[in-house]
Amino acid sequence: MCGIFGVMDKRRQMMDGSGIRQALSMMNERGSGEGAGYVAYGIYPDYRDCYALHVFFDNTCESKKVVDATLEQWGTIEHDEAIPTYDQPNLRVNCTPWRYFFKPDASLAPGSASAEKDIVTNLVMQINAASNGAQVVSSGKNVGAFKANGWPEDVADYFRIEDYEGYIWLAHNRYATSNPEKWERPDPFNLHDWSVVENGKITTYGTNRRYVESFGYTCSMSTDSEVITYLIDLLTRKHGLGIDLAIQAFAPPYWEEIDRMPEAEQKLNRALRFAYGSATMNGPFTVVAANPDMMVGFTDRGKLRPMVVGECGNRLYIASEETAIRAMEPGIESITRPAAGEPVIGRVAP
Amino acid sequence: MSSNFGSMPLRYRITIDREQCMECGRCIENCSYGVFRRDGDRILINSRNCTACHRCIAYCPRDAIMLEEQPCDYRSHPVWTRTVRESIYNQARTGKIILAGMGSVANLPIIFDHLMLDACQVTTPPTDPLREPVEIRTYLGKKPSKLDLRQKPNGDVELATELAPNLMIETPILLGHMSFGAISLNAHLSMARAAQEVGTFMGTGEGGLHPALYPYQDRMIVQVASGRFGVNIDYLERGAAIELKLGQGAKPGIGGHLPGEKVSKDVSRTRMIPEGSDAISPAPHHDIYGIEDLPQLVRSVREATGWKKPIFAKIAAVNNNAENVAAVARSGVDAIAIDGFRGGTGAAPRVFRDHVGIPIEVAIATADRELRRQGLRNEVSLIACGSIRESADVMKSIALGADAVYIATAALAAMGCRVCGNCYQGLCPWGIATQRPDLVARLDPDVASKQVANLIHAWTLEITELMGAAGINSIESLRGNRDRLRGYMLDEGLLEILDVKSVGA
Repeated sequence: MCGIFGVMDKRRQMMDGSGIRQALSMMNERGSGEGAGYVAYGIYPDYRDCYALHVFFDNTCESKKVVDATLEQWGTIEHDEAIPTYDQPNLRVNCTPWRYFFKPDASLAPGSASAEKDIVTNLVMQINAASNGAQVVSSGKNVGAFKANGWPEDVADYFRIEDYEGYIWLAHNRYATSNPEKWERPDPFNLHDWSVVENGKITTYGTNRRYVESFGYTCSMSTDSEVITYLIDLLTRKHGLGIDLAIQAFAPPYWEEIDRMPEAEQKLNRALRFAYGSATMNGPFTVVAANPDMMVGFTDRGKLRPMVVGECGNRLYIASEETAIRAMEPGIESITRPAAGEPVIGRVAP
Repeated sequence: MSSNFGSMPLRYRITIDREQCMECGRCIENCSYGVFRRDGDRILINSRNCTACHRCIAYCPRDAIMLEEQPCDYRSHPVWTRTVRESIYNQARTGKIILAGMGSVANLPIIFDHLMLDACQVTTPPTDPLREPVEIRTYLGKKPSKLDLRQKPNGDVELATELAPNLMIETPILLGHMSFGAISLNAHLSMARAAQEVGTFMGTGEGGLHPALYPYQDRMIVQVASGRFGVNIDYLERGAAIELKLGQGAKPGIGGHLPGEKVSKDVSRTRMIPEGSDAISPAPHHDIYGIEDLPQLVRSVREATGWKKPIFAKIAAVNNNAENVAAVARSGVDAIAIDGFRGGTGAAPRVFRDHVGIPIEVAIATADRELRRQGLRNEVSLIACGSIRESADVMKSIALGADAVYIATAALAAMGCRVCGNCYQGLCPWGIATQRPDLVARLDPDVASKQVANLIHAWTLEITELMGAAGINSIESLRGNRDRLRGYMLDEGLLEILDVKSVGA
């Protein structure tokens, strides 16, 4: 039981974090005050060409040296600094949030169609899997994740997220079940372009993890959102599927439905289940994911977790509860509840 | 041959409760081993012939017959066990290899029994299979690792990848390969009808396909073994799939053996061998002396059947199982059946059956890991076999990485077999592992097929419930989901190989 929230402006109009803070705190009943997180796209226009790495250091003195050295091997650190924070009485700080603006050296991954992302992916895997006191919590261009162990308001105030402006925001109000003390643990999870927030718990973590790890990803966080992010990255970036087909692979139609489809559609759906059986996710989940060009929401095919969609002007909202959407947009024009397994895909205007 | 051993202690002792017995003589009629005979109005017993097949007990109308195992004690000794001593006496007398039937009797721990399944509680809800779909439909065969998609001018996406032929099964349980010859025609007919009823497939074994089974050929996986018994183009074309038998779990490294006593006229015709002759298939296929020869055989069989049928390969689970599986996966086959060291047999040297090979649990786990590591997992389906005893074993096999299982001894038991292990004698009183017409006639395919179908149906229901309880509603989500298993009292090394956490972790 967690609360998730996503908002996107199709025209890339910027929203500061205050509305998101308010929306997320409307769902405090769904959380336990032991974790909340926000991620926003468009917040670093001055460094739009750099990969923004948000890193949590256990100990700046020792861990930072390791990360600096690792990054410098693979590219150039254009700028780095502590992420501004403001102490909150209810937050027990146990790490130092830092940000790097990093340019990978594409020549070090010759032959790759997306060399920079390959390098960033490998760096994130390497730093997060090692016990070096450093965790990369987001790594995309012009994007950043802010999270900590506390109620949504305290986390938002700690990072002063109202000081950031983005055109897509995802947020997560956590009901902790394990490792409540770890700041890197709450959603959103991010890997370069993609960010994921999830309400639920997949029963297929073992299968999904085995599958993505055979393609070189390393699941070091043991969270659903981590494996889901890697699955999305694998299917869309490495396997070239459109996001619609990727979602269809994650929550496919039942065989009985496929049997009734017209031939071409049947063939495509059978092929998707054949190829991506190990990527299929079971158990209760609602996932909201975003990259710089889109925000999507989808549920398990039994819809065991809620998903409410709101539209108002250029804004698309996806949330666990209607009340969260109304907190940010009292005059919301349309509220819908998609059927089980029916995805919502919103794209930013080109 | 003379010896100084005298008579060995009885293995089983049969007694008749004379107060209950009404001298009806059903025991005499039913026992094909000659335990009972009539002397005037009395029924006499020769316990020495008894195999513990239970036929007399099952058919005594008065429950008057009782059987006791090992009624005579040896001096107990932890090293020189009864089995060891009796083998020595037997071999000292005969100078021969000891033959045995059915699977291993070695008293080794069973890993399946030390693996516990998971269920949902509060953080995830269980799925209720009575009210929500739980899919166990399985496709066996090659799956694409990636899809080739093309955008049509109208924006629709079109699939350009050609899918390889797959076998669709309604339950992940297949009936394993047992040849006509090793078992009777009525046993084959019963399993074929059961396969058709429950929507699965049955293996022919290496004994060819009897014409009486032609009506069920769409449900048959025809086998090509090293002896090539019964193999011709007609046989290959009739099967829904073709399996190349490269090894057998009960006797890794050696060929098959059908005693001449079981080669009846019908068996001789179906196998294409002389009546009454031992059918001994060679240890290797004589056209496969190296792994590079296997793809040639696969392609020959494909070419012969127009590239329409899935090709399976069956191997025995041995030390370098992962390497074997990866090698076979590259040969172009669509599925690999791995037979664990507890796999059954009609006849195998006891020393092989009880001492060679590795457990199926380990073999499946290492095969799945190696195929994933080498990016070959979608190239082949994996079938676990060799002592799948109940629905929980099916679940655990799939969670360890199998796509489906073969059951064989369990199917025989569903037809009445009491696992007495005397299949090689050809006198099976249940009409299963025999070719004697009067015994075969005891097995009514109408009745026995229903029993086999009932068993698969019951296991399928249990699997559906277990999956629902684990919050999993499609079988591919269970496959390789080691996270949903926990090892209970397994050592650290084994847990690591199985990639399963300990209970409590």
